[in-house]
Amino acid sequence: MRIGYYPGCSLLGSSREFDESTRAVLKALDVELVEVPDWNCCGASSAHVLDHELSLALPARIMALAEAAGLDEILAPCAACSNRLLTARQELSNHPEKRAEIETAIGMPYAGRVRIVNVLEVLDRLKDRIAEKCVASFQHSVACYYGCLLVRPPRVVDFDRPEDPQSLDRVMASVGANPIDWPFKTECCGAAFSMTRTDIVAKLGAKILSGAVKRGAEALIVACPMCHSNLDLRRDAINAHLKANGGQPSDVPVLFVTQVIGLALGIDPKTLGLQRHLVSVQLPKAESATAGTTV
Amino acid sequence: MSSGHHIVPGEATLIERVKALTGVQLSHCYQCGKCAAGCPVGDQMDLTSSQIFRLVQLGFPELEEKALRSEGIWLCLACETCSTRCPQEIEISKVMDALRSEALKRGLSHPKSRDILAFHRAFLGAVKLAGRLNEVGMVADYKRRTGHFLKDILVAPRMFLKGKLGLIPHRIKDRAGLRAIFRRTLSKNTSDRG
Amino acid sequence: MSRIGIFICHCGENISATVDCARVAEESGRLPGVVHSVDYKYMCSDPGQRMIQEAIREHRLDGVVVAACSPRMHEATFRRTVSEAGLNPYQCEVANLREHCSWVHEKGESTTQKAIDLVRLLVEKVKRNKPLLPIQVPITKTALVVGGGVAGIQAAIDIANAGHKVVLVEKSPSIGGHMSQLSETFPTLDCSQCILTPRMVEAAQHPNIELMTYSEVEKVEGFIGNFKVTVRKKARKVDEKLCTGCGLCTQKCPNKKIPDAFNEGLGKRGAIYVPFPQAVPNKPVIDTVNCTFFKTGKCKVCEKVCPTNAIRFEQEDSHVTLDIGAIVLATGFQLMKTEAFPEYGYGQHKDIIDGMQFERLASASGPTLGAIQRPSDGKEPGTIVFIACSGSRDRAKGVPYCSKICCMYTAKHAMLYKHKVHGGKAYVFYMDIRAAGKAYDEFTRRAIEEDEVSYIRGRVSRIYEEDGQLVVKGVDTLLGGMPVEIKADMVVLATAVQAQEDSRALAQTLHVSYDSYGFFAEAHPKLRPVETNTAGIFLAGACQAPRDIPETVAQASGAAAKVAGLFSKDELTREPIVAVVNRQAPPLFSTCVGCFLCQSACPYSAIESEEIKNRAGEVIRTVARVNPGLCQGCGTCVATCRTKAIDLQGYSNEQLFAEVMAL
Repeated sequence: MRIGYYPGCSLLGSSREFDESTRAVLKALDVELVEVPDWNCCGASSAHVLDHELSLALPARIMALAEAAGLDEILAPCAACSNRLLTARQELSNHPEKRAEIETAIGMPYAGRVRIVNVLEVLDRLKDRIAEKCVASFQHSVACYYGCLLVRPPRVVDFDRPEDPQSLDRVMASVGANPIDWPFKTECCGAAFSMTRTDIVAKLGAKILSGAVKRGAEALIVACPMCHSNLDLRRDAINAHLKANGGQPSDVPVLFVTQVIGLALGIDPKTLGLQRHLVSVQLPKAESATAGTTV
Repeated sequence: MSSGHHIVPGEATLIERVKALTGVQLSHCYQCGKCAAGCPVGDQMDLTSSQIFRLVQLGFPELEEKALRSEGIWLCLACETCSTRCPQEIEISKVMDALRSEALKRGLSHPKSRDILAFHRAFLGAVKLAGRLNEVGMVADYKRRTGHFLKDILVAPRMFLKGKLGLIPHRIKDRAGLRAIFRRTLSKNTSDRG
Repeated sequence: MSRIGIFICHCGENISATVDCARVAEESGRLPGVVHSVDYKYMCSDPGQRMIQEAIREHRLDGVVVAACSPRMHEATFRRTVSEAGLNPYQCEVANLREHCSWVHEKGESTTQKAIDLVRLLVEKVKRNKPLLPIQVPITKTALVVGGGVAGIQAAIDIANAGHKVVLVEKSPSIGGHMSQLSETFPTLDCSQCILTPRMVEAAQHPNIELMTYSEVEKVEGFIGNFKVTVRKKARKVDEKLCTGCGLCTQKCPNKKIPDAFNEGLGKRGAIYVPFPQAVPNKPVIDTVNCTFFKTGKCKVCEKVCPTNAIRFEQEDSHVTLDIGAIVLATGFQLMKTEAFPEYGYGQHKDIIDGMQFERLASASGPTLGAIQRPSDGKEPGTIVFIACSGSRDRAKGVPYCSKICCMYTAKHAMLYKHKVHGGKAYVFYMDIRAAGKAYDEFTRRAIEEDEVSYIRGRVSRIYEEDGQLVVKGVDTLLGGMPVEIKADMVVLATAVQAQEDSRALAQTLHVSYDSYGFFAEAHPKLRPVETNTAGIFLAGACQAPRDIPETVAQASGAAAKVAGLFSKDELTREPIVAVVNRQAPPLFSTCVGCFLCQSACPYSAIESEEIKNRAGEVIRTVARVNPGLCQGCGTCVATCRTKAIDLQGYSNEQLFAEVMAL
């Protein structure tokens, strides 16, 4: 299997381990990743907040480059990137008159043929291969945290269901994890306010974290670098908020879905970048014979 | 329409401009408030999404201005919770984008939006330069713009030790092409300023 | 030689604003065969009609063309006018100068010219019109009422009291419908079953009403006054004649774990059951899907305990064919389920219930005997949040309309809760308060002012469970969209009123129109609310649109009045616009060659075969014959006939060709 790959800027820096684990897992599953040549930043929140045209042009360039490279599909692991790509793709498809303007702006032809997929869709396609190659069961209770952009808005992303989604839960269950039923699967973590309004991130993160911990989660599983960053890098701020508001600080780790799959496939934790987390990944020993995971 | 005000003939109203930019017809909003009810930052906003829509949909310029001057439009996380649940299927997030753009154009952005704008401008500035986001460069630019020099000073070293702080920026080859994109799209009002 | 009179109507300004009526009258007056041509402001008015009648007498007219609005509006009016003046009504034609001309074009020469053309066409037709006599058809004076809720019951009683026979068919084992599930009704807070059961019993005991419960209409053929309806009587597995309704079987049935539909899933019932204690008829039914005996072959406890040996496991469904003159549709509505709300948990939270479920909790004969209890743990809720407009007025959920009754029943529910749980806290999230009926607004004010129910204007974005309570995230738009979070013990959603699941299928069985939501379509939204476009089929109640009990009862009586009106004559007069297969003198007998292509083309099964015999009784030829009672005058057979042996009275080939050639 061969698929285009758009890592996006966070996967090069602050969420390097998402890139590492995704590459490692897909390699183990015999999937060839073809990186979109000379790819640019998708614009994330900043582009659409400041300029609508720019927010269409930047993703359009990425998709145009993928087309030119003969790729049918692009895997964009970052939920924000995939959301921006899908939004631009839909708008250009619904408004052909904008397409000409954007082609002029990016200086290349754009046919709108490339499809965007997220990491959960790819893992679902590979579920048989994962089952085959699974060597260790990830027997922990996990809270699957989808974040807001993976499944919303439903008419744009057309993936899973916008309330109480199940795709990540299913993947986790398939490698032996126990996904808990909890109400904050899609509550926003504070998105791009990590730097500018860390207080909001702390507040929202506190609610998510305590909601998961309260219901017995031993780990939070994410599929978005922004969510990871806000729940991991900003853990001190979250814990401070919890302490100040009568809550319980927590050191429950946050793992990327591909890191969990990687562990289940027997890939060593270092390759999966588990040591890069600020909240160290220490999971309690499971009931059965398989050892707990410590990094 | 209130008296003491006149519309310049030929100039589109804000309602019409929002329609042109986003395709959303503001009269569809029947003020049920479901958006504000589910907004994660609703309790932080001076004016909630529901109120902002009301201020704009009436078509009175002084009320429009109130909406554009709000902090609420800048606190919007674009998390799409509102548009997912809106019974009238209004793309609220898109309208928020349009209102932000309008506020910038008219120079009405709320003083508390300074840091947020600085962040986004720093972000885009970094992307314009290298084609991809150089996080270190972006943070440095943000600090320069805002004066928050001590921000995250404790987090940075830990990130560096974990290998997450890419000091060497990734640069794409076609940087000229990217600069051209910025030139052709980013309207003058939102480009680098301050 | 024809003597035709032309009457051009201005229709106020509707026609004269774009068409030069005076000129049309003048030019038409010069057509060969026209002896009188005038224009007037309102031809359908009293003076206008008298003008036509006087002209018929004065000028000895043998044909009339009224050029006015659509014939669908006033053709009947004008035909009545001319017949009162002694002219056969079918020698009056209406040219449509409004919908076909003045309303669709701008003022100008070509518009007036078109009007002139339209009049000329009709003149050519009228010249060839023949006087026709209406067809008399017998009426079967038995009505069929489909649906045994309050609408059906009321309609049946009214028709029966008017002296006619009624067959009342109800799909579930008992009549009563949704009204029998309610606890108290607004605005009087009368006990619902107390006011309904007397009517139910009256319907069951009325000498003119035949009750067919646990039955469904399967096929409808025929036409007004002469329907043939096939009803499937589903097998109760109980001999109704032997059963005394003692209830022993229902008590002794060992399989009592089946979710009870009457109690909206909040209670359980046995496999042999009577839906509720006041059921009419009070005879049980076996649910063969869940019955242990039907699943595994073991049990039969009911048969053992029945004192009159009334259980009949081998009983089969049976079919009955009825001769019916008129049908009243009263099949009611269904409520949207809580599963339809992703943001409220997809129906998984036991303590988020819909309005009907709350009725069952509040009802003295319900699963909790009238105590308000949480379905999850049976505890009494200290705080209840009621959410009005759940699913209604919601484009995203596919229900943009208002369900009409929820504002009122939500106020009622909040009041009932406060009456039963004095210290309880009730909140209502609303969008508007629609309380337009008699004593309705006062009722909602009573909830707010006397029973201290807290009304918050705004919708609820999300509900989730935390620590055994439901966190309701709403908003108060009157405070500028301020988020309001309430921790509730129970949430009641006033879900949307929708058409029954099988309403579209039923409509197709009866050939009745329905709208995009599945509600049956009335003939005219303002002036004909109880009739459908299918002659002889009438509507009553919520199957047409969401409505409350007083309106339902009123509409049911209205439908009954229509039926009684229909049955007041012994014969039905049908329009003579029917097809006729020609007959000639021997030896031809008819130009029909007996191919019967017309018979397969006819949508109304109105074509029969007729054998032409000689004196010895031997068949010479078999030709087609149209049954004038069934023919609807659609003309399909005329188009299909290869030898042009069949023609439509009133719209003959000759008449239509003349119109076309005149253009």
